[in-house]
Amino acid sequence: MGRESEPTLFELSVAGRSAFQLRTTGVPTRSLEELIPAQHLSDDVVDVAEVSERDLVAHFTRLSHRQFSVDLGMYPLGSCTMKYNPKFCDAVAGDPALNGVHPGAPAALIQGWLEILVTLEERLCEITGMSAVTLQPSAGAAGELTGLLMMRAYHESRGDVRRRVLIPDSAHGTNPASVTLGGYDVTTVPSNERGLVDLAALKAALGPDVAGIMLTNPNTVGLFEEQITEIAAAVHDVGGLLYYDGANLNAIVGVVRPGDMGFDIVHMNLHKTFATPHGGGGPGAGPVAVAAHLAAFLPGPKAARVEGHFDWVTPEHSIGRVHGWHGNAMVLARALAYIEVHGGDGLTRVAQHAVLNANWLRHRLRDLLPAAYDRVNMHECTLSAVALKQAYGVRGLDVAKGLLEEGFHAPTVYFPLIVDEALMFEPTETESLQTLEALAEAIERIVERAKTDPEALRHAPKTTPVSRVDEALAARRLRPTADASA
Amino acid sequence: MADYLPHTPEEVAEMLAFLGMSTLEDLFAHIPSAVRLAGGLDMPAGRSEPDVAAQFAAYASANVATSQKLLCFAGGGAYDHEVPAVVKALAGRSEFVTAYTPYQPEVAQGVLQAIYEYQTLVARLSGLAIPNASLYDAATGLVEALNMAHGANGRSKMVISAGVHPHWRAVAATFARGTGHEIVIAPLRDGLTDWSGVDASGAAAIVAAYPNYLGIVEDLSAAKALAVAHDALFVVGADPVAAGVLRTAGQWGADVFVGEGQPFGTALSFGGPYLGLFACSQDQVRRLPGRIVGETVDAEGRRAFVTTLRAREQDIRREKATSNVCTNQTLMAVTAAIQLGWLGTSGLREVATRCALGAHYLYDELLGVSGVRALSAEPFFREFAVQVPVDASEVILAMAEEGVLAGLAVSELTGGADPSLEGDPSRVLLVSVTERRTREEIDHYVNVMRKVVHS
Repeated sequence: MGRESEPTLFELSVAGRSAFQLRTTGVPTRSLEELIPAQHLSDDVVDVAEVSERDLVAHFTRLSHRQFSVDLGMYPLGSCTMKYNPKFCDAVAGDPALNGVHPGAPAALIQGWLEILVTLEERLCEITGMSAVTLQPSAGAAGELTGLLMMRAYHESRGDVRRRVLIPDSAHGTNPASVTLGGYDVTTVPSNERGLVDLAALKAALGPDVAGIMLTNPNTVGLFEEQITEIAAAVHDVGGLLYYDGANLNAIVGVVRPGDMGFDIVHMNLHKTFATPHGGGGPGAGPVAVAAHLAAFLPGPKAARVEGHFDWVTPEHSIGRVHGWHGNAMVLARALAYIEVHGGDGLTRVAQHAVLNANWLRHRLRDLLPAAYDRVNMHECTLSAVALKQAYGVRGLDVAKGLLEEGFHAPTVYFPLIVDEALMFEPTETESLQTLEALAEAIERIVERAKTDPEALRHAPKTTPVSRVDEALAARRLRPTADASA
Repeated sequence: MADYLPHTPEEVAEMLAFLGMSTLEDLFAHIPSAVRLAGGLDMPAGRSEPDVAAQFAAYASANVATSQKLLCFAGGGAYDHEVPAVVKALAGRSEFVTAYTPYQPEVAQGVLQAIYEYQTLVARLSGLAIPNASLYDAATGLVEALNMAHGANGRSKMVISAGVHPHWRAVAATFARGTGHEIVIAPLRDGLTDWSGVDASGAAAIVAAYPNYLGIVEDLSAAKALAVAHDALFVVGADPVAAGVLRTAGQWGADVFVGEGQPFGTALSFGGPYLGLFACSQDQVRRLPGRIVGETVDAEGRRAFVTTLRAREQDIRREKATSNVCTNQTLMAVTAAIQLGWLGTSGLREVATRCALGAHYLYDELLGVSGVRALSAEPFFREFAVQVPVDASEVILAMAEEGVLAGLAVSELTGGADPSLEGDPSRVLLVSVTERRTREEIDHYVNVMRKVVHS
């Protein structure tokens, strides 16, 4: 990766330079003052940057060389599912007959798009074992909040006022944040010594004021909640609903379905399970599927088959819109292309190989970084650097930074919160045995360095575009723009 | 059947043997059989890429409202702007497309610096000091602004102009189900917000649109004064392209700016992914939703960029976070930085000017068609609403037959009667012109309209 630092676009700017070219329109020219009252017209020109096209290309190409990506190497980030993103799906989405469609065009003129949405909904219902789905939410967290608002609408429709939502202590941070925005209080449920929900503690926390529980299964430690049917029964017994956080759905596609486990609401992260590219932090897509008794509350309008064609319909008790238009459509199209190429059989094989790779890696690393819970895991394994820390003062973060020097992205560090010095590895199904072995050998070298030269490891990486950054300075002396005062 | 799995059968067997297992099924033996899916998924078997491409080609050919088949005069928050080859090439680089959130800054300087440049541009376009690294879209950006206002003053009444896009208002109403915010809509009278018609006492936020969704540029002084009088946050939803010629949200005194960034390099995309632009004043920085990138130095003292003020975010603050947003729209933000870099200072101004010129040219010509009337005499920027003599949805379908996407039926946006319109919205057509439309195309539009309304 590029070690040379790159000036900002603004530092490259030279007054009078330009790159843009526009159509010759022939529209008669008039002065803006004739058209728009003076109090609206700005005296100050917004300063953008003035660069040539050649400068622009060099700048962003050099920036791209200072960036790790899935296409460049392995990204074993637990919970994030950084699998290979098939180029075919991008090509599908690049068709101007799809991405050149205005979202406000009448249904009669967008029948192809509506069929894409309906077909994707059918596939996602089958994969999750649910009855109906909304494609509007833009990402997982948006899906969570959408699901919680449906949970609320469901209870309210029954004249049932409920106050709390249960969340395991291993949950992603978006869960409790979404619960607050859904107007509920969080009750945290502890995990047991096996890394699973403590069923007795869960039952003790349940009551008639519990609206539901949010569960990730496999959970964030990478383990399957084996008592899921008991959990579901206990929550349903008090009138609560089960919310499935689909962050880890990729581990179980075709093997076991949330609907069959007793879940009522399921969100999916299409950018994880169905391999749409993460884009450096987005866009994603977070569709939410629900069981039949919640279908009337889904956001609308939504695409549907109506008498031989496709149209928009709004569910009877819809909570309303959760997106400015219809959802992150180009992400949805990519996900459908991925699903169609794989088919039901291929998607199941994807889950099997993801679980195979994660178990192979856990077992391969057992003497280097022991697993927090040493048994068969699902698509990811949570290891711990606590032994390294005790013996050599090398923390999980140092191991992660050492991996950057080895040409791998770091695993997820310090999450889930219930594991000390957590290092969560999710190799994904698209990495080869040779790549997994290379990762293991890199970790062997890092553990060896921890013994022989821990100080150097605490200052790694040194070969990356920058070395460790001063995060405290960034927060203390906030400079979010090139115009921030020094 | 295609797949992207690398292991040979021999490797699978070797890996299973390493685990003391004999089949892939053994990996799932601990899952209770009662919940296991018997018989596999009921959906078509996998097919090759070319086979699936044919399926998608059929979908594509069933779309009529494409930018290739119809001249686009539809706007309403989604605009048909020029996206040059150079922007597509740079924004499509796989280093940007296939990267993760930049949590490891040592290997993410490319995305981090691009976001920093994007943030700088958002700050300049909004006239506010503190941008974030992007939100999903403008509609959800408005929700974040309302939550920020509640956090700032503890109040729950949100006074929103009916000139704010109907979809944004709808999204705000949906999320208010959870937060309990009371939403009060200030109606439009003859295209302008009638702030005197609402009780703003105890308001957390006053929300105005600039231009409003009917295209009209409203003087925001009254809205600002109302916010000051009630010590409420002043939130302005603004078209960022307008900042090329019009005053910025900050210049109108906004505390918070939200905007739709799609015009900067993102195709119409059937509505998403788009780009939620967000910026606020320095006073609100601790309540900022989502990620923000800041400049710092690395261990060798070299300039570096990193996500900062992280203690506000959901993964750390959990139920007390300022927002639940995690994944945002980074690729669209990077794209916007590239597109704005291509436009430059003069290009942004030129695009904004050409949109205004084209829209006014069409407006003047269209009012020469008998039966077409102006909805309001108020000044507009890049789009405008007209009354047509028949149902606007019918006009759109009829004009599509002649190769024109005539605009948006306002009743489709509002879902019926709405405080933004005095009377029946079914014959109101919202028309937009971008820098891509030529005089010849605009003249064609007028001729087609004349034919359609007189047939």
